Amino acid sequence: MLTVRIIPCLDVKDGRVVKGVRFSNLRDAGDPAQQAGAYEAQGADELVVLDVSATTEARATRLDTVRAVRGAISIPLTVGGGVRSIADAEALLTAGADKVAVNSAAVETPDLLNTLADRFGSQCTILALDAARRTDGPGWEVVVRSGSTRTGLDAVDWASDAARRGAGEVLLTSWDRDGTRSGYDLDLLNAVSRGVPVPVIASGGADSAQHMLDALRAGADAVLAASIFHDADTTVASLKSFLRDHSIEVRP
Amino acid sequence: MSRPEVHIIDTRVANVASLIAAFARLGARATLTTEPRTVGGAGAVVLPGVGSFGAGMSALRGAGLVEVIRERLDAARPTLAVCLGLQLLCAASDESPGVEGISHLPAKVTRYPGSVRVPQLGWNFIEPGRSCSLLTRGHAYFANSYRLTAPPPGWSVAVAGYAGPFVAALERGPVLACQFHPELSGRFGIDLLDRWLARAEQEASVAC
Repeated sequence: MLTVRIIPCLDVKDGRVVKGVRFSNLRDAGDPAQQAGAYEAQGADELVVLDVSATTEARATRLDTVRAVRGAISIPLTVGGGVRSIADAEALLTAGADKVAVNSAAVETPDLLNTLADRFGSQCTILALDAARRTDGPGWEVVVRSGSTRTGLDAVDWASDAARRGAGEVLLTSWDRDGTRSGYDLDLLNAVSRGVPVPVIASGGADSAQHMLDALRAGADAVLAASIFHDADTTVASLKSFLRDHSIEVRP
Repeated sequence: MSRPEVHIIDTRVANVASLIAAFARLGARATLTTEPRTVGGAGAVVLPGVGSFGAGMSALRGAGLVEVIRERLDAARPTLAVCLGLQLLCAASDESPGVEGISHLPAKVTRYPGSVRVPQLGWNFIEPGRSCSLLTRGHAYFANSYRLTAPPPGWSVAVAGYAGPFVAALERGPVLACQFHPELSGRFGIDLLDRWLARAEQEASVAC
């Protein structure tokens, strides 16, 4: 039986792990490769490295980070943040990423998903979808450029279109919940996971094992979190133990 | 103990950094090759694979490797096929109708039904048959939309369940084919690669 995945996310800026709310007030939180190795040792099922600097100057640093993290772990690695082209994706894969997450660039040029999937396979092509509740009615809309731009595009429609184009997984972040530690947006998760045939990773808002359990029950196939792991008393192992006690199948 | 050099077939579409890193952890140098003589004669060869069945076969055919790989497998030389690599050993796949595979296994690869999320992404439990010697029980990482459901005769098989049982891995002597990614399967996968390398070393010393 396929187990659910717990995925720590490393927000990386200029080669260092950072923590902060919505990428402002960033504080240094360590070396990416060292932290990645520690997460694998705790039982992490996969890792996401999100490059939050994503400027042209940071690109070389980003590849060095991916190489260092790949050398430190033997579990899957997804890399996202500022991926705008096939060449960006290829460079990340060559450096050691197993999957590449595309966000704003896919909204601007949806064909990028088709090309990535044709070239590298669907299992390698991840749609990072940032969604926020509409202010003018029911549902959620896609937001891009780190939340600064509301697109008006319906989040469930976009996830479904992206899957048809070849995205093999949706990394779904609730922009309303991200960094708030108030739990995942379960309605959003439920709507998107029912709307796509591919796996969905819940992201944004996790502060407890209970939040993760709620997300999995709402339809998520995997749960991602960053800030929850910054407290030393919450480990991947402790989360898995809680989930196992609630009859959720996890990898030992 | 020095480990044999591992030659990874460069299919251009495969992302092999994780494989190279995993072998490095085990003290084995891994290099990419498309040279038929190397693929035919080397002590340890890996057929990796991401991308599609059609693209994979077209890369192998373009490099003149299909016959060489088939001969290598017939001669039971130490070979590891990973993910799409396992599927390429078959005769055909739903993924690329009309494309002929390496056809070492007389079987067809089919797509998972819509009753489960496709691709299968994540850790599934694999259960090896009693005759397996390299494969052990444990969780392994899968990233696949297609799979083999009927175990070919003459192979030791490990199975896992996703929309019913499917072939998680096959072994026969020093030939190992995994639908999962041992290089991404943590300690479980590293230990499996270690046993396969040891098996390849054994073959090499017998050959001398």
